[in-house]
Amino acid sequence: MAIEIKMPALSPTMTTGTLAKWLVGEGDRVNSGDVIAEIETDKATMEVESVDDGVMAKIFVDAGTENVAVGAVIAVLAEDGETASDVAKAGLQEPSSPVPVTSVAAEAKERAEPAPVTAAPVKAVPAPKTKSSDKPRIFASPLARRIAADRNIALEGITGSGPYGRILRRDVESAATAPIAQTTAALAGATPAGATQHGDSYLVANSQMRKAIASRLQDSKQQAPHFYLTVDCVIDNLLEARKSLNAKAAEGIKISVNDMIIRAAAMALIAVPEANASWEGENTRLFRHADIAMAVAIDGGLITPIVWAAEQKGLAALSQVTTDLAARARDGKLAANEYTGGSFTISNLGMFGVREFAAVINPPHGGILAVGAGEQRPIVIDGNLAVATVMSVTLSADHRAVDGAVGARWLQAFKGFVENPVTMLL
Amino acid sequence: MTDTQFDIAVIGGGPGGYVAAIRAAQLGLKPVVIERENLGGICLNWGCIPTKALLRAAELRHSIDEMADFGITVGEVKVDLAAVVKRSRKVAGRLSMGVKHLLKKNKVTVIAAEAKLGAAKDGLRQINLSNGDMVSAKHVIIATGARARALPNIEANGKTILTYREAMVPETMPESLIIVGSGAIGSEFASFYHDMGVKVTLVEALDRILPVEDEDVSAFVQKSFEKRGIKIMTGVKLQAVTSDANGVQASIEGHDKPLQASRMILAVGITGNTENLGLEATKIKVDRGHIVTDQWGATGEAGIYAIGDVTGPPWLAHKASHEGIICVEKITGQKDVHAIGAGAVPGCTYCRPQVASVGMTEAAAKQAGHDLKIGQFPFAGNGKAIALGDDGGFVKTIFDAKTGELLGAHMVGPEVTELIQGYAIARTLEATEAELMATIFPHPTLSEAMHESVLDAYDRAIHF
Repeated sequence: MAIEIKMPALSPTMTTGTLAKWLVGEGDRVNSGDVIAEIETDKATMEVESVDDGVMAKIFVDAGTENVAVGAVIAVLAEDGETASDVAKAGLQEPSSPVPVTSVAAEAKERAEPAPVTAAPVKAVPAPKTKSSDKPRIFASPLARRIAADRNIALEGITGSGPYGRILRRDVESAATAPIAQTTAALAGATPAGATQHGDSYLVANSQMRKAIASRLQDSKQQAPHFYLTVDCVIDNLLEARKSLNAKAAEGIKISVNDMIIRAAAMALIAVPEANASWEGENTRLFRHADIAMAVAIDGGLITPIVWAAEQKGLAALSQVTTDLAARARDGKLAANEYTGGSFTISNLGMFGVREFAAVINPPHGGILAVGAGEQRPIVIDGNLAVATVMSVTLSADHRAVDGAVGARWLQAFKGFVENPVTMLL
Repeated sequence: MTDTQFDIAVIGGGPGGYVAAIRAAQLGLKPVVIERENLGGICLNWGCIPTKALLRAAELRHSIDEMADFGITVGEVKVDLAAVVKRSRKVAGRLSMGVKHLLKKNKVTVIAAEAKLGAAKDGLRQINLSNGDMVSAKHVIIATGARARALPNIEANGKTILTYREAMVPETMPESLIIVGSGAIGSEFASFYHDMGVKVTLVEALDRILPVEDEDVSAFVQKSFEKRGIKIMTGVKLQAVTSDANGVQASIEGHDKPLQASRMILAVGITGNTENLGLEATKIKVDRGHIVTDQWGATGEAGIYAIGDVTGPPWLAHKASHEGIICVEKITGQKDVHAIGAGAVPGCTYCRPQVASVGMTEAAAKQAGHDLKIGQFPFAGNGKAIALGDDGGFVKTIFDAKTGELLGAHMVGPEVTELIQGYAIARTLEATEAELMATIFPHPTLSEAMHESVLDAYDRAIHF
């Protein structure tokens, strides 16, 4: 019976190796303990000893062949009493699957049997399947992993200072506190030739929220044809009205300018219902209520809780709702149904002194209103120069669902409510 | 002498020095060790090793008292003190020979002499030897160790007032003994002499014994010592000590009557052997008896390093050895050399009950601002300890509540000095509570208490 000689695993993690050299040729007599071949791994060259006596009948893998899978049959011995031709007659054929494997596995999931050089005479064992993975395994201590996860630091960008480059706690901490050259140098080193050279920088793992924002807004900009309409609103009356409302409001109620803007937008959406629309491909969805989302900046991103049927809420009620939603948004305590859906968004950067800006539509909404700062500006009234508090707002609308004229009418209605706040109170 | 020029000269052949020399030889350098007395240093000749031999004798002596519990009747018991001490010396001698052999095997030149730093010339430091010769080396590692510290008002006389050195080779057992200082050395001698039938009073200036250990451990050892009959006095200020043919008298602040005993052992710390090394002519700084170095052992003088007890605390043999290795590796520019991290050096005390710890005490961890998860498991809940008839003590583990880092581990009880390395490895590998919990500890072993303590920190202990 022929004896198969298989590619040995020289270390527990070895999955492939190079057959560097045969020390015996076909037809040579081999005794147990003889060195018959040399195998190279990335770490070392090692000798393969025969554990049986016999005659080298057939060599399947030539010297110099790289990436020979562990367990692959590399040669076959004829046992005492057999001749090489007997072995051939026995029908033992060259392994049909090509022995050299091209994929280099970073990690052998299946623990490769430490294949003895000469296994019991069994049928040719196919080379163990090696998994090829794009991502190299990152070696990091459990504590380093936990701290990195806690501080939202990507392990990929960190050079480990532990044994064999293992990432330790100190590496994560120094990456977090001082984005130092060590990290960037390592990144540069790991960058394939021709790729971007990084300056003094470091990597921060993207949170789920970050990824959600990125994907939704990218979809929006790519799919929704935005158009932008800007209008200036004189808000002296609105500020006056807010003052007197707050003076008479119940204890604990404090109506904000933003509350009044939401109210005005809600009234405008009801007044111009064609603008209260969402594109759904085959259909356009028209909303009966003004479900207005308000953008709230939170740690690491933003979220848009929704004031449902805002047109049905008086300013006092609206104020309570927005205060509550904003607070819970910042604490991360919103339920999913409180920030998904709606038909329109308001984003207000006025508190940062932004004069005007154009916002990206928050899909599936049909529009978003970008609200700038209310500031004193010179205006002309009946040919005379005067000073008024003016707020510029920009409507970004999805042209698939809302046409320019519709957007303009909506903006006109909004401006009307804002400049004559009595009308929005009706 | 044929060879006079070396890559590295190590002054002192203790656990810091000889290990540094062997590592240097491994890295292809030509080292020399200059030792004035015994290879192996204090640790091997007058410290760690011979005291363990003595304590083993005391432990066996003590175990005879418990034989009846195991159903074994023992006849008359006699202790031959001379034989006990002789064995201790033999053990030390054997190991010192072992070090000699190791150095020879690694082709380290050994010179028996005292060394004094000379001038630096052409990148070589000259070292003058007490035998009149001179050698030179590119790098010099000072590993001269330390000796017992004296108190300003108490001089050891070697007869009635002893340091560890005389205390280790008693010719007779005193009737009574005062031990000043309750660190590892003081506590070990207290345990040894008490088991050998001496009336022991352990005196500590601070408010508890084993003051560097966790407070719970100190309290447990104190209770255990007192139960055995060792008298303990803490918060004691010694005023004056006199000695005569009858013994020693120690007057204590706030006490009318002086303490009396046949002998006294001073175990109040150590001071570095920095004298007669020629440091004065260099930029090497000495602070309160110890050479100032950076984390790699570099001193203020280029090309001269210092490791072990002659430098800063903790003054432990295993720390000296590790410093020797990293010092040499740094000198030779090895990759991935890391300084000893805070709390990475475990400490062991071989009194009965044994004490072992690594990392921060509970108080230190709190002070460092960590939110803590603390586990404690008594050996009374451990099957192996009960079977051994030695179930006093506990294992305490301290975790950072947020990261799961094992901040500290504190053990007192049977064979804990052999167990602490488990936690030391966990800390080096940066394991969190999750990996420690997921590790299977064999049954029945004392180590199960280590597992249970971790579980207890997260309210998951099974057997308590």
